[in-house]
Amino acid sequence: MRPFAYLSAPDVATAVRAVADDPGAKFLGGGTNLVDLMRTGIERPDTVVDITSLPLAEVEERPDGGVRIGALVRNGRLAAHPLIRARYPVLSQAVLAGASAQLRNMATVGGNLLQRTRCPYFYDRTAACNKREPGSGCDAIGGFNRSHAVLGVSGSCIAAHPSDMCVALAALDAVVEVESVRGVRRVPLASFHRPPGDTPHVETDLSPDELVTAVELPPSPIAANSRYRKVRDRASYAFALVSVAAALEVRDGAVTGVALALGGVATTPWRAREAERALLGAPATEESFRRAAEAELAPATGLPGNTFKIELARRAVTATLRRLLTEGSPA
Amino acid sequence: MPEVTVTVDGVAYEEEVEPRLLLVHLLRDRLGRTGTPIGCDTGNCGSCTVLLDGRSAKSCSVLAVQADGSDVVTVEGLASGGDLHPMQRAFHEEHALQCGYCTPGMIMAAIDLLRDDPDPSEEAVRRGLEGNLCRCTGYCTIVRAVRRGARAMSGGRDAGPGGEAGGEAAGGPAGGEAAGEPAGEGVAAP
Ligand SMILES: Cc1cc2nc3c(=O)[nH]c(=O)nc-3n(C[C@H](O)[C@H](O)[C@H](O)COP(=O)(O)OP(=O)(O)OC[C@H]3O[C@@H](n4cnc5c(N)ncnc54)[C@H](O)[C@@H]3O)c2cc1C
Ligand code: SF4
Ligand code: FES
Ligand code: FES
Repeated sequence: MRPFAYLSAPDVATAVRAVADDPGAKFLGGGTNLVDLMRTGIERPDTVVDITSLPLAEVEERPDGGVRIGALVRNGRLAAHPLIRARYPVLSQAVLAGASAQLRNMATVGGNLLQRTRCPYFYDRTAACNKREPGSGCDAIGGFNRSHAVLGVSGSCIAAHPSDMCVALAALDAVVEVESVRGVRRVPLASFHRPPGDTPHVETDLSPDELVTAVELPPSPIAANSRYRKVRDRASYAFALVSVAAALEVRDGAVTGVALALGGVATTPWRAREAERALLGAPATEESFRRAAEAELAPATGLPGNTFKIELARRAVTATLRRLLTEGSPA
Repeated sequence: MPEVTVTVDGVAYEEEVEPRLLLVHLLRDRLGRTGTPIGCDTGNCGSCTVLLDGRSAKSCSVLAVQADGSDVVTVEGLASGGDLHPMQRAFHEEHALQCGYCTPGMIMAAIDLLRDDPDPSEEAVRRGLEGNLCRCTGYCTIVRAVRRGARAMSGGRDAGPGGEAGGEAAGGPAGGEAAGEPAGEGVAAP
């Protein structure tokens, strides 16, 4: 690994100042993604600012019934937290569906939001990759693209967003709180991650010197009835081919509330607004679920390696809603 | 160079380290604790698993400087006074290893799993150890060993230093029961 300087920041002001003053500096959360990328030379920071001593590791109830999650809450603790399990079961399930216990013990909420893609060409420094090296091309488009996206893609990059947690956060209307030397601002999750367009190396709305301090979940009347379904090549320890985060409310046989997001198929955590529109007010039946899934996937574009994901996603959406209707949230 | 203070298997160390030194290399190359092997070196296989303030971590993905002030337990710190830890004994009794390369990581991950679920079902063991790969056994004997070790540990036998290691370090422990059902589902390649 390339040598670098290390600073453990005692407070938020020191952390954001250190990164603002040094364009080669990066924040370090649990390190489960950054250390790996530094070892392979894909990330090459001059200074690493460890933020895990900052007092941002609490899950707190807000007066309005929502929840505020500190950016340094570890993924494992988030998934096990009673408030999250009771009010937002889809989030607990999504986090548990990702990585492994050892990684969830280390990984932080902020780091999970900012984890980089798992596109194999991004990791291969001999391959062309616009995300790693702007302007170099994209070997995935004509190459092995089984794991890649069918929604939100561009001619520059088709990498799928890898996070499970973020799919649940997208369905839950999460808001990300960020802080820098310029002050504090709040970014809705829906605009936090950026589609690749012509600049796939720009992945989020954050400037490099902005620190994620918290994620806020607004109160939701429907989120207590929610679940996460992850479809992958093997039943555990793999990234999603398709995943679905869903919350559903049904009264007198009609859909009165729904929140839906997709993972594994899109370049950003994908809020399924078209499907939601199709479902609201519709009878809560298999046919409505299927029609909604078709509406959402209508703009999808596949390549030879990943076209199967379009039908897989339709089926996964339908199956998740059916299960939520008949069984509710997992125990 | 930064100085780190760590306790490893009950012994306190102060070491000057380069920031890029990985925890697993500190353990193996500097402190001589070669009981923790390196398998993949990419955070995948789990063979390098240790307890960091009581919770399992992949020591190939942790910088030594990140462990400053922490309590580390490796597989070498489990036995007490020549007596194997009940989980080690269970792996021995169930023949839960062939080449043994994955074993230290399996044992450390199993001990962490039992903190949240002291009597895991077969399914819970398989899920809990998803981050540990074994190329030899086919896992069946490992699952049996973990359940046997769990029974021995809850039967009140001395769990050794590892069983009570760690504690409530900031942001570390994931208290409470294991959450939710598995959200996983496999598909065959089309
Ligand atoms: C083998 C393996 C399997 C995995 N499987 C899955 C999976 O199935 N599903 C899934 O969702 N994930 C999976 N992951 C990824 C894992 O979830 C991420 O590595 C983890 O969430 C990153 O969190 P971290 O705290 O360790 O981040 P770090 O590695 O510390 O940081 C990641 C990035 O975020 C930046 N950063 C960190 N915190 C902040 C902050 N507060 N503000 C601003 N920037 C910040 C860092 O600068 C860095 O660029 C897997 C990882 C591995 C190694
Ligand atoms: S899909 Fe994106 S990340 Fe993958 S090679 Fe193409 S540009 Fe790089
Ligand atoms: S060597 Fe650390 S996970 Fe494989
Ligand atoms: S016993 Fe050989 S890898 Fe598990």
